[in-house]
Amino acid sequence: MKARVHVMLKQGVLDPQGEAVRHALGSLGFEGVNGVRQGKVIELDLADGTSEAQIGEMCEKLLANTVIESYRIEVL
Amino acid sequence: MKAAVTVYPGSNCDRDMKVALEAVGFDVTMVWHKDDALPAGTDLVAVPGGFSFGDYLRCGAIAANAPIVGALKAHAERGGFVLGVCNGFQVLTETGLLPGALLRNAGLKYICRTVGLSVSENQSLFTGGYEAGEQIALPIAHHDGNYFADDASLDRLEGEGRVAFRYTDNPNGSARDIAGILSENRRVLGMMPHPERASDSAHGNEDGARLFAHMTKALTEA
Repeated sequence: MKARVHVMLKQGVLDPQGEAVRHALGSLGFEGVNGVRQGKVIELDLADGTSEAQIGEMCEKLLANTVIESYRIEVL
Repeated sequence: MKAAVTVYPGSNCDRDMKVALEAVGFDVTMVWHKDDALPAGTDLVAVPGGFSFGDYLRCGAIAANAPIVGALKAHAERGGFVLGVCNGFQVLTETGLLPGALLRNAGLKYICRTVGLSVSENQSLFTGGYEAGEQIALPIAHHDGNYFADDASLDRLEGEGRVAFRYTDNPNGSARDIAGILSENRRVLGMMPHPERASDSAHGNEDGARLFAHMTKALTEA
């Protein structure tokens, strides 16, 4: 089985990389880009039967730093 | 006095740390991250700067889950001293031994230069050799040194006098100009600036030497 973990900086945490991307889009002539937040996607190839709770534990222990990041698990 | 310096793949300030600690009289052991125990009688564990595990995932995240970290946490829990510099500070926040996190520098650039600091708090083993409010200068060299914590945590750090160092001219966007913080028991210090790179006359700056010298003095008198 496969799962995908989406990790994003929490709202309220400054994302300077997202801001830089927003400026770059503006300078390319794309108007109306009000905000950009950059995160990461982690694809996991897992043994069948791995529970969502186990994936959650992986996120809490390593994949996300919950001080600054939130995560969402998508089982494929 | 015994110190241990933890070493990860990608650590690059580990030997500088060893030299700085030996210069003030510590007996220093280098401890590989795959070891699961510290030498008996270790007084201080230093987590050095560098790019542990290539900064993969997040700076310090993989190092914070290495086998040696169990022993590091146990050492801190029994009141042992821990000094984390640069990547070491990132590792300590990732382990939860210190609150908050280090984000990408607000200006997105890697910054390598000497910066001005004020010593906000001198009631600790590490900062007792400075006057409170004293201005010093230390080198920084980091891409992810932008200290972040929520407002309640920042208020608590300030209220409990746990902000050890502040930037006098904030280079990286750190909340409330924070450059270094202490744990609740004041025995764990994490800081982005490098005292070990300013601890010998050949460095052209010895402001960091006083941090190491005071550790020796305080531990000898204790």
